[in-house]
Amino acid sequence: MTTTTPTPTPALSPLTEGRLVRDVRLTLAHFRAQLLEMIRTPVAVIGNLLFPSIALLFFVVPQAAIAGDPVLATAATAQLSAFAIASTCMFTFGLGVAEDREKPFMPFLRTLPVGAVPPLAGRVLNGIMWSFIALIPLALVGGLLTEATLSWGRLVPALAAVVGIATPFTLLGLAIGYSMSTKAAIAVVQVTMFPLAFAGGMFMPPEIFPRWLDLISTFTPTRGARELFVSATTGAPLAGVFVAVLVGWTVVFAALTTIAYRRDEGRNYR
Amino acid sequence: MTTTPATTPATSPGRTERVGSSEAAVVDVRDVRRTFGSTVALDGVSLTVEPGQLVGLLGPNGAGKTTLLSLLSGLRRPDSGTVRIFGGDPRDPASRASLGTTPQETGLPEPLRVSEVVDLVSRHFPDPMPAGELLERFGLGDLTRRQTGSLSGGQKRRLAVALALVGRPQLVLLDEPTTGLDVEARHELWTALRSFHSDGATVLVTSHYLEEIEALAERVVVVGQGRILADDSLSRVLATVARRKVLVRLPDPAAAQALSTALPTVSDPASEGDRFAFLAADADELVRHLVRTDTPFSDLEVRGASLEEAFITLTKESR
Repeated sequence: MTTTTPTPTPALSPLTEGRLVRDVRLTLAHFRAQLLEMIRTPVAVIGNLLFPSIALLFFVVPQAAIAGDPVLATAATAQLSAFAIASTCMFTFGLGVAEDREKPFMPFLRTLPVGAVPPLAGRVLNGIMWSFIALIPLALVGGLLTEATLSWGRLVPALAAVVGIATPFTLLGLAIGYSMSTKAAIAVVQVTMFPLAFAGGMFMPPEIFPRWLDLISTFTPTRGARELFVSATTGAPLAGVFVAVLVGWTVVFAALTTIAYRRDEGRNYR
Repeated sequence: MTTTPATTPATSPGRTERVGSSEAAVVDVRDVRRTFGSTVALDGVSLTVEPGQLVGLLGPNGAGKTTLLSLLSGLRRPDSGTVRIFGGDPRDPASRASLGTTPQETGLPEPLRVSEVVDLVSRHFPDPMPAGELLERFGLGDLTRRQTGSLSGGQKRRLAVALALVGRPQLVLLDEPTTGLDVEARHELWTALRSFHSDGATVLVTSHYLEEIEALAERVVVVGQGRILADDSLSRVLATVARRKVLVRLPDPAAAQALSTALPTVSDPASEGDRFAFLAADADELVRHLVRTDTPFSDLEVRGASLEEAFITLTKESR
């Protein structure tokens, strides 16, 4: 699990306990509290969970040519799964954090002796957690109503890919949520998510893209996410450029999130 | 950062000089200015608090009290000047290891249980108070399994204050800790705070209730319009702030002005209905003056001035 936490930030002045041990311990404490809070008010997350399965049901299941072919059906389910992960992370955390910042408990937590990493890493762990949950309905629809399959051997790569996709998109959501008000964050997340998802081949396979769009697509984080998940579930070869682009965006989003967190002074101005 | 070593002679000796003689100041604020857009929240504020003091920050709403606390707790930075707690920058998490604060407006995460909130906060401190003991002390012992959203206003407020004390802090910042509490709950909370302070902690408490400051503070700092208007012992600040409002009908505005000019501790007259209103440190003296000078007056009324009214005169005097 620790490999998934972002490792940004220059060292803050160390506290007496071993810094890494303490940060991991506090990351888990923040993760647990955030998780409990979300589990007990799950309405916000449910809507995001259902949209990709409905898309699969309406756009893939009725097309016998795709639904009936194990490789095509798996790829179609996989690209919508990548979308499910990205949108769950962006919507839940982008908007969730913007809302939390408008409540007084978040500023209170910032007065505790803790730096930027544990609360942020706790949210990334939550993003990964909710991504796994988001995939359950998709796996059911894909597995039961199409020929999509996932062999036991592909399970571990697929789970690892979830972590690799959830991390950058949670960080992007956090960067947005820490930078603006809820109203602005809703607009920004929507305006970023859907064009990115389209350009990244999450709705239509990139094989049918014209050359210019395919070129743009290559450098989007969504394309990297899509290729990673399709490869992890079908075993198709994965070009190194997509991994490099996805890792690059993860670093960029981690840096943006940390900057936004440090700059944030809460919403109450007096 | 806002640490400006340019002013070295003024900023650092506070810490170096005191080494050996007495302990370093817990709070050291120097020439701090902070604006929000065009609003000046703090305008050249300096404040030093020694270990073990119980300081009341008194002032009307919007005076800059909350902004000052947000600088001390590391939530915000000053535009200029320096803020130090325990000799370090409060923006650095290590400086906040012995700091206790409360969430504002009793804002607690509603879905979480009382014990879960206490647990989250206590994990940040090396030697936290056992949750049971802490909650017992604040009369919340039976409520550990309750979600915070189901607590009453008074219970939320007590939990908020308890959260400030979880980590056995040496400095506690309390922003309007008893707003919205009934009289009994307020007195219970004051007792808890006094007992905590008697264990040796430094406490900074803001309020716009004079009664609260009277009950808690030894030293009182009066803040108004972003500046420190008075900083003295409780009794002396009370004497400054305690004003009487005198309403009286006088023959003409000239007579009213003459009265205010003759007595230096009497404010300028203000019209209120068909009478003139004065704020006076000594209302008896004002009445004696009226009688002595044979001024024809009627409808005399003397009553306590509100704290807000007293602040207005303090603000004017400090200009």
